[in-house]
Amino acid sequence: MPQVEVVLAASPKKNNQVRYWFKLLTRNKSAFVGAVIFIALILVAVFAPLIAPYAPNDMDPGKRLQPMSDEHYFGTDGFGRDVFSRVIYGTQVSLGVGTSVVLVTTVVGIILGLLSGYYRFLDNILMRILDGLMAFPAIILQIAIMAVLGARFINVVIALAIVYSPRMARVVRSAVLVQKEQQYIEAARSIGANDLRINLFHLLPNCMAPIIIQATMIFAYSVLAEASLSFLGVGVPPEIPSWGNILEEGRVFIRRAPWMITFPGIAIATCVLALNMFGDGLRDILDPKIRKKQN
Amino acid sequence: MSNLLQVQNLKKYFPIGAGIWGNPRQQVKAVDGVTFNVKEGETFGIVGESGCGKSTLGRVILHLLEPTSGKILFENKDISHLSKEGLRQLRRNMQIIFQDPYASLNSRMTVSYIIREPLVVHGIGTRKEQDERVMELLNVVGLNSSHARKYPHEFSGGQRQRIGIARALALNPKLVICDEPVSALDVSIQSQVLNLLQELQSQYKLTYIFISHDLSVVRYISDRVAVMYLGKIMELANKSDIYRQPLHPYTKALLSAIPIPKVKAKREKILLEGDIPNPASPPQGCRFSTRCPVVQKGCAEEEPEFKEVMNNHFAACHLIR
Amino acid sequence: MVKALLEVKNLRTEFHTEEGVFPALDDISFSLNAGETLGLVGESGCGKSVTALSIMRLLPYAGRITRGSIYFDGQNLLKKNEKEMRKIRGRRLSMIFQEPMTSLNPVYTIGDQVAEVIMIHRNTSKKEALAQAVKALEMVMIPMPESKIKEYPHQLSGGMRQRVMIAMALACNPEILIADEPTTALDVTIQAQIINLMLKLKEELGTAIILITHDLGVVAEMAQRVAVMYAGKIVEMADVQTIFEGALNPYTEGLLKSIPSIEQEGKKLHVIKGSVPHPLHMPQGCSFHPRCPYVIDKCREVPPGLINVSATHYVCCWNINREVKQ
Repeated sequence: MPQVEVVLAASPKKNNQVRYWFKLLTRNKSAFVGAVIFIALILVAVFAPLIAPYAPNDMDPGKRLQPMSDEHYFGTDGFGRDVFSRVIYGTQVSLGVGTSVVLVTTVVGIILGLLSGYYRFLDNILMRILDGLMAFPAIILQIAIMAVLGARFINVVIALAIVYSPRMARVVRSAVLVQKEQQYIEAARSIGANDLRINLFHLLPNCMAPIIIQATMIFAYSVLAEASLSFLGVGVPPEIPSWGNILEEGRVFIRRAPWMITFPGIAIATCVLALNMFGDGLRDILDPKIRKKQN
Repeated sequence: MSNLLQVQNLKKYFPIGAGIWGNPRQQVKAVDGVTFNVKEGETFGIVGESGCGKSTLGRVILHLLEPTSGKILFENKDISHLSKEGLRQLRRNMQIIFQDPYASLNSRMTVSYIIREPLVVHGIGTRKEQDERVMELLNVVGLNSSHARKYPHEFSGGQRQRIGIARALALNPKLVICDEPVSALDVSIQSQVLNLLQELQSQYKLTYIFISHDLSVVRYISDRVAVMYLGKIMELANKSDIYRQPLHPYTKALLSAIPIPKVKAKREKILLEGDIPNPASPPQGCRFSTRCPVVQKGCAEEEPEFKEVMNNHFAACHLIR
Repeated sequence: MVKALLEVKNLRTEFHTEEGVFPALDDISFSLNAGETLGLVGESGCGKSVTALSIMRLLPYAGRITRGSIYFDGQNLLKKNEKEMRKIRGRRLSMIFQEPMTSLNPVYTIGDQVAEVIMIHRNTSKKEALAQAVKALEMVMIPMPESKIKEYPHQLSGGMRQRVMIAMALACNPEILIADEPTTALDVTIQAQIINLMLKLKEELGTAIILITHDLGVVAEMAQRVAVMYAGKIVEMADVQTIFEGALNPYTEGLLKSIPSIEQEGKKLHVIKGSVPHPLHMPQGCSFHPRCPYVIDKCREVPPGLINVSATHYVCCWNINREVKQ
């Protein structure tokens, strides 16, 4: 082991893991800003009923297509509904989709990734199937699945999960392929651990870094994909105030009432940007540490 | 002393360039017909350079790799082919200490769990008993109980190796395979760990198979030594015979190549020509014939038999009568 | 008195890490004469590689030389800019590294890599440089060099690759070669070949060598003078015979006794208790005192300076006149 790296790697880590992670996070501007914005969005989603001045579906036909004002910060839409409130409630939908999709793809991806990474004969079969799925452009496949299943919240989650699970599985698989050859896995076999134990207790915990990063990316893809599907009319049903739906409704009034598309657009962009920054920053934080640890 | 372990004509080949269904085009003959016995309570040293197969041999004995052919007998029972249950039993009798103190411990587990896991896997003891045993083992290897809740990265190389030793002892094995246990450590830490291994051996009546490329270390700790080259044992004798009266030309060359920490140590250095051949295509006849300084005609035609040439002194060379 | 070819004076190199700044080298001084082989010995973390990198001015971004001077042939290397250093590296001051597997670029042929050194410093054409590369490979006893120059590093064995590295380092006949653990990653029989080669080349070319290693056996075979390092300081420096037969520093003594040898058969190995202190938590006074069997009160308070025991023997210790424990 090169001298210099011995010295650098020997720096003691603080025993308090939480404080250590916090310190790392604040040092990386990208991750920090991304995290702050994302947390703000979560708070908005959770406290939506308190923040939004109106109910999202409260119609006021007398006040249709009003521009921004003190009563309606983002103006009103074609039915006289308050755009601001709708965008606020839309946060719930987007984050809800994101969270659900991430949960499903992580579980499915981990299972598939562990199986392909650990068992070579399964690898060929599984990877070819997943490759096939990934060969479709994501949005096309999502539209096709939604067309079959029908426009409902749960179906959006299913469609996105089907499309994004292969990405997670690949990431898990590469990490497993690397870790599988490490000596501590050999050590686990030497004490008599069976495959299940090795996969769950030894391999998986050491593959968490790329999984977490990929999860943040999938979250961002999901938000964007849901908005796209709803915009195209094959996402969540129109009565649910998702950002994509709001955009879709505003499309017709783009000249008369541009505020109907501007604000949901900004919301989508902000959310995806925050997630990307957070993911990028996380990658920077986690990667050099991984290299240091393996030294 | 009875034989704890008997290895008979053990072979381990690795296929390379295999198609999905076709036969492999080539085989790496990592271990190519090895025969020896290990007596209860002794330290059996296996020494050799890269490609000689010593690490592979250790792993095959332990069933971390499956043997291609040959027999392994533990306490006179054939363990060459084991069922799942048989393998579990084997793990309680045979353990291994790995070379790399940085890679052989799961960095995401606490030290306490690393040492406790063997007990958990085999369902030994209650949680309380397991914890007590962990503390006992930590003390035995020279660490203390405050170390239990820490993670591997908080320890030095020497300390990590001690943790690895504690883990290997958790199941009270009879045989411990030490695969280059001190090669990755500094000289001053090496001596600490070697002393520890010796203490543990006498305290727990352990039998060691000590694998290393470092001849000085093997000489110090072993009772008998086997010298391997390209998958075969070239010479096997007890320690003093091997080092004072080596018979095989490879052993002689190996011994003369060790740099001695003494100035102007007068001795004739046997310098071998060329590199170690590729284990996938070992030389014809005697494997050492391509580099042997006393090679004769006929050495490259027939492989020499590994036989007893003096009392308890075995060698594989045509030129030794 | 012949002026030394290399003079390192009061060198201090610091590393800036997340946890703080610590000195990897703490006031190092030594000299190297033309044609001489100096062994730099110590265990991991003692600073021997950092010394080499400091002399070559190749420290990683976190490292900084904060004090001292490095005089090479009368000129202070620390005052040179990067452009001037590049003229010196490879031409007058060369280095070979521990891992021949990773020190060679896997996508260029052997011939290209050796020729590169020649082209940079001798300003020749590629054809001419390749011809000289063949000669360099001959010099390091690589068989069939004309065909080897077309091969890639992965086609060669570890010993061959190390020979190529030596050829690259010596291609322009430098005055000083720094060899950082050149044989550690090699098998014993190959190590013997490489040591033999280096001794032969030293004879032929008259290169001065700084040999960095933890293997005292290699030092005994190759070095004329030895400097022993511990925790960023040189704790003893003398000619090789004195170090092995008359070492006065307790760490040197402990190190020599820890090596398994024939005399210790059957007995317990000598142990230096404890372990190397963390660079950020150096003990007060002498950095070795917590592990020293001969520690006295003064050791705990004041760090010892280098004492001139004889014209060629320097020791860093307060308790030199002690009774040696067996």
